[in-house]
Amino acid sequence: MTSEERRNFFKGMAFISPWIVGFAVFTAAPIGLSFYYGFCDFALTAPRRAPLWTGLDNYQQLMHDVVFWKSLRNTMYYASMALPAGMLVSLGLALMLNARIRGQTVYRAIIFLPSLVPAFASAMIWMWMFNPTMGVFNMLLGKVHVAPPDWLGERLAMPSLAFMSVWGVGNTVVIYLAGLQDVPRELLEAAEIDGAGTWRRMFAVTLPMLTPVIFFNLIMAIIGTFSILAVPYIMTSGGPNKATYFYTMYNYDEAFKYLNMGYASALAWIQLAITMVLTGLAFWSAKKWVHYG
Amino acid sequence: MKAESRERRRASFWAAVSVHLGLVCVCAGYLLPFIWMVSTSLKTGSQTQEVPPQFIPHPWKWHNYLDVFTHPTFHATLYTRNTLVIAILTVLGTTLSSAIVAYGFARIPFRGRGVLFGIMLATIMIPFPVTMVSVFRIFRWMDLHTAAWWGPDNALQMLGTFKPLWLPAWFGSAFNIFLLRQFFMTLPRELSEAARIDGCTEFAIFWRVVLPLAKPALAVVALFSFMGVWNDFLGPLVFIQRPEQYTLALGLQAFQSRIGGTPWQLLMAASTLVCLPTLILFFLAQRTFIEGIATTGGK
Repeated sequence: MTSEERRNFFKGMAFISPWIVGFAVFTAAPIGLSFYYGFCDFALTAPRRAPLWTGLDNYQQLMHDVVFWKSLRNTMYYASMALPAGMLVSLGLALMLNARIRGQTVYRAIIFLPSLVPAFASAMIWMWMFNPTMGVFNMLLGKVHVAPPDWLGERLAMPSLAFMSVWGVGNTVVIYLAGLQDVPRELLEAAEIDGAGTWRRMFAVTLPMLTPVIFFNLIMAIIGTFSILAVPYIMTSGGPNKATYFYTMYNYDEAFKYLNMGYASALAWIQLAITMVLTGLAFWSAKKWVHYG
Repeated sequence: MKAESRERRRASFWAAVSVHLGLVCVCAGYLLPFIWMVSTSLKTGSQTQEVPPQFIPHPWKWHNYLDVFTHPTFHATLYTRNTLVIAILTVLGTTLSSAIVAYGFARIPFRGRGVLFGIMLATIMIPFPVTMVSVFRIFRWMDLHTAAWWGPDNALQMLGTFKPLWLPAWFGSAFNIFLLRQFFMTLPRELSEAARIDGCTEFAIFWRVVLPLAKPALAVVALFSFMGVWNDFLGPLVFIQRPEQYTLALGLQAFQSRIGGTPWQLLMAASTLVCLPTLILFFLAQRTFIEGIATTGGK
């Protein structure tokens, strides 16, 4: 290193040092620690007692843990509805909101508004809307003489939660709208001159140009969907009969209700692994469908 | 030729009509929860129990909004104060520290910068539920060890205070660092070169030249981190135990979950009030919001 390089190195390190400390203490250490704790048995509240090494016990126990599989299946079930629904609705809305029509700003604002509502507040609102006797959905259904379903009952609770999640896609829509601005006008005009109609232009030009943004939103949706907690925690607290008991809830309960630090750490690591595998899959598939440049 | 253009105009007219129709339906659906919330918040207790329910309150009970503040088990003022304390400390901390770090990543060419920046970006993808248990343990460890080393009177006292919620913000957050770095990269290099020739230190360039120009980006970071705290449920759920330390999120949840006869009109009035600050902020700073979100989408 020349002296200039060395000076820059120390200067750069000085500037980013807050992040390095924060990363070490609040990200790297927790992940490393939970990896270690995953092989141990010890209570969250234990005084300075060293964790007891139990090898693969936690992971073996997990394999036979009915609640673990149930919560994992629940989360996958939710994701299998909420992910595609959210992706399709947000993209569809963005395409509609991108049309140059009167009142565009009003439409955009209305669709964005729910993203501003805190998750815990929207949980309250929707609980009240889903209420079987006094809720607005069953009132509207009653007007057209449809038998009122039990929205948050064992069978429908999960689809209801997924349905509700579509209300909050405003953020994603805004990201799509920004991406749509970047679709080159010349390309669309050239396609039009070549005789491509509206649909053809959308599928042959707009959507391929938008794939990097779609990819970004997909990654964010995967991470967000698998770490959902506040909404089901408030609305159903995992019930009825564990029908909406999510993986993150199990993790939370093991750690802070039953104080099983070791077991909770193993759960956390499996969640990290699942998220990494899924995002990894998304990155791998990206080569086939994402167009850069 | 003429006929063709008329046909085309007609087609685009019907296209616009169908887009309008679709959007009106969707917007009605998107507004329904708001309407239901506000309508309920203005009903009397007995009217919320009516079957079938009505949209229009009768009579309009504006007093619900005052009752929220005087209710014996829902301490709105206290919860708001707690939330604001955490929010202010978080916004200050994350804006300042993220700006410093972002400056390092954006404007100083040092060895290892690319790798470190990549690691930082990757951390955005780690969800809080994965680290929360160990972070809790680390705070506990800090308390126990400092108590053992320096005596119980001088111990750090992390758990049981708001510190676990706002302290991490003072070490920069990956998302905000990324956002600010993107902005700093767009500022012309000549500015800092000129300041350097005038004898400014690197920190002075950052503080006196770059930061004043970055006000719009800093506003985005401040706004989003404020909303992050205001909307946070899991953080307080993990780190706050005593009811007098509840944030709005916890207070509202506790109010709702108390068994039997939730006063929905008050709950909805409280929810409306909780939504108001962010809605007002949005209408005041719409462009800041939209541009901020667009930047995160990789623009």
